[in-house]
Amino acid sequence: MEIITSILAGILFATAIYNLLQKQLLRIVIGTALLSHGAHIFILTMGKLKTGQPPILTDGVSDYTDPLPQALILTSIVISFGVTSLLLVLAYRTTKENNTDNMEQLRGKSNE
Amino acid sequence: MIFAVLIPLIIACFIPLLSKLKEKIHTGIFVLFVPLSIFLYFVQFLGRDFNPIRHTYNWIPSLGINFDFYLDGLSLLFALLISGIGALVVLYSIFYLSKQERLGSFYVYLLMFMTAMLGVVLSDNIFVLYTFWELTSISSFLLIGYWHFKERSRYGALKSMLITIFGGLSMFGGFILLWVVTGTTSIQEMINQVDVILDSSYLPLILGFILLGAFTKSAQFPFHIWLPDAMEAPTPVSAYLHSATMVKAGLFLIARFSPIFSGSEWFFIVVSLVGITTLCWGSYMAVRQTDLKAILAFSTISQLGMIMAMLGFGTTAAVFAAIFHILNHATFKGSLFMVAGIIDHETGTRDIRKLGGLITFLPITATLALFGTFSMAGVPLPFLNGFYSKELFFDATLHLDSTTFLAQAIPYLAVFGSIFTFVYSMYFFFGVFTGPKQLDKLPKKPHEAPIGMLLSPIVLVAGVILIGLFPNIVNAPFLLHAAQAVNPDVEFHKVAFWHGFNTPLKMSLIVVAIGIILFVTRKKWSKVYTILPGKLSLNKVYDQIVEKLDVISGAITRSYMTGSLKNYMSIILASTLIVSFVFMFITNGFTLEYDYLADVTILEVSVVIIMIIAAVATIFTNHNIAAILVLGVVGYGVAILFVVYRAPDIALTQFVIETVTVALFLLCFYHLPKLRKSTDSARTKMTNLFISVGFGALMTMVAISAHSSNWFESISDYFVETSYKLGGGHNIVNVILVDMRGLDTLFEIAVLGIAALAIIGLIKLKKDKGAQ
Repeated sequence: MEIITSILAGILFATAIYNLLQKQLLRIVIGTALLSHGAHIFILTMGKLKTGQPPILTDGVSDYTDPLPQALILTSIVISFGVTSLLLVLAYRTTKENNTDNMEQLRGKSNE
Repeated sequence: MIFAVLIPLIIACFIPLLSKLKEKIHTGIFVLFVPLSIFLYFVQFLGRDFNPIRHTYNWIPSLGINFDFYLDGLSLLFALLISGIGALVVLYSIFYLSKQERLGSFYVYLLMFMTAMLGVVLSDNIFVLYTFWELTSISSFLLIGYWHFKERSRYGALKSMLITIFGGLSMFGGFILLWVVTGTTSIQEMINQVDVILDSSYLPLILGFILLGAFTKSAQFPFHIWLPDAMEAPTPVSAYLHSATMVKAGLFLIARFSPIFSGSEWFFIVVSLVGITTLCWGSYMAVRQTDLKAILAFSTISQLGMIMAMLGFGTTAAVFAAIFHILNHATFKGSLFMVAGIIDHETGTRDIRKLGGLITFLPITATLALFGTFSMAGVPLPFLNGFYSKELFFDATLHLDSTTFLAQAIPYLAVFGSIFTFVYSMYFFFGVFTGPKQLDKLPKKPHEAPIGMLLSPIVLVAGVILIGLFPNIVNAPFLLHAAQAVNPDVEFHKVAFWHGFNTPLKMSLIVVAIGIILFVTRKKWSKVYTILPGKLSLNKVYDQIVEKLDVISGAITRSYMTGSLKNYMSIILASTLIVSFVFMFITNGFTLEYDYLADVTILEVSVVIIMIIAAVATIFTNHNIAAILVLGVVGYGVAILFVVYRAPDIALTQFVIETVTVALFLLCFYHLPKLRKSTDSARTKMTNLFISVGFGALMTMVAISAHSSNWFESISDYFVETSYKLGGGHNIVNVILVDMRGLDTLFEIAVLGIAALAIIGLIKLKKDKGAQ
């Protein structure tokens, strides 16, 4: 199963990168969102998938799944949410100010 | 001795204060005492029973870099030249530069240069020597660009800077290699280890690097091109730096290291060849010049080439002749520059085509020039020192240790170069002082210079005549020690005017005879210059190199600094891909293990398939709502995977956050332009596809390979065991987040807070109307 999730992470990365390389600002934001999903799946795969109970101490259970990747992913989700929402608003504001959402047109002038 | 070196620099600190007084007293008068006292200090070391003196002052002892001052005959010769001619140049400059000039800057630079030059000749430590060496380049740069409002000055200053610093850095490389080979920073100790250096496999590099430094500094072919352009400096600077002192730093370096390198066959070949080439090319080109200082510049180049060649010969006679000529050249060339300065000062031009018949107006200057030029030409008269050194030079060319073809050719080349030396010397004198008067072409009415201005060249010409009349008075107490420092085998050499009718005298007479013929028929054969050099010019090569470097580096920078985010992303990702794949391939990093894999179930596989379809769909959808929905599908798919893999907390978070994100996307998409179809060309699409698929494959491989190589057990058991005991909680993930690794959480809260503030700022901030 780890191989399948690895492939899933790879495909998420590939689609994320493809979106990042586009010209439209929105596609780039979609790309970053996909990238963070890919990273989360990646971290999850690095822990062992499904070897025990959820990591909540219960009497009579000694076999738990690895709690550490979960804590890391939780932190990461929150941070990527913060970044994604900031990017979205930034995209909104950029488009409003410059009347374009095309990255090619948002390039600096050649003499800068 | 450290004070003798550093006094100019210390006095230079007070010059700006003194120059405030310049309305009343010329600043140069205060400065004059500095070189004079240094000169007197060094004069006391003259004498037959001279022994080298060493003084050490600590600077960076842990690296072996100290102010090791070593005074032997060679250093003494140069120190006396630097301080003596320095004093005369300062005296001359008092009358040459008016009080309206920026005298403070001038004397600060000049004193800085004096310190640097004394440091170069007295240092025994290679790294201290290099420090002073670069200081000479910098102060020379400042002095050449003294009239910085003139474009030619700035061009000349930059050119000399680039070329000499290039050589200086190369010399530094040679020094470092020497230090690596010998383990010492002292030149004298290196001379003791000469076998180690000669046996070293680095020898070609050391020799090449150090010679490059010496050749660039001493304006040897083909690095001579900076010297004619350095003539934009004020004439006292040209007289001091570019005839008597700085350009001889390269000669000093060769002389200083020749006890080490003369054992190498290549030293003879390279140094002699470069020296002789410079001698011939410089004297040939000097005849062509029309500017007085340009004639003198090429003359300096050619004379330096002659000394360089003699140092390259390395025989006892040649070394003595080289040392003798260093002294002689400093006297007559210094005086000639000052004469050129007087002519410029009194007539307003240095163009030899406009000058003529000045002997009636400037009789004293003419007399001085007569001695200077005739000595430079090597006219056989018993009161001109130039003749003696030329005679010794011819003698040296005839008695070389080597019997190669080069050694056979050298006497002929020497005569060839000397003939042209004779021609330009005569041209300089007769072109300026005799012939038709062209007073209407002169900007000023010429009249004799003030006595103060004439004083310095008079002293120098007195030196020319004195050495000419009694060549042996400087020989035994002074030059012998200098020559012995270069080649210990040199013995006392009695210089005499008449040696009998021998080959060197015949060569001298040939030079004079052909020289007179060529000078008289100069107009007839001067067309030769349209053939050689014709269009061939080393200046053009230099200009092209400088210009092309600028253009090419600009083009390279513009080619990748496109300002396009997409291009930068492509470059970053592509290089990551290449490096990672190559590294994986080289180290055989990819491993695949099937043990410990979790079971594959239908539920998980179907979730994964749905996610893959949704993820790929984000690329193809061109509809806003559809894009949000497929993105949401991926997010919820991730959440379901979290549920399946027994991660309730992150599943919960993921559901909530995904919902909020989708809402946010909806909100923004409402305001943002619609998604469009990509307008990229097929080629760009292919590149993008290649990079993204490659990156995805890379991440998959990394994930599989990382999972397959399980190096050690996880530390998670510790968290499971101590979650309740230490943290007092049953939910292990939450205990990790707030107890075990609480700091992460603190800053993740900070991230959210900052993001929130930034969002508020972005939305609330009004557009600044005033700003562009």
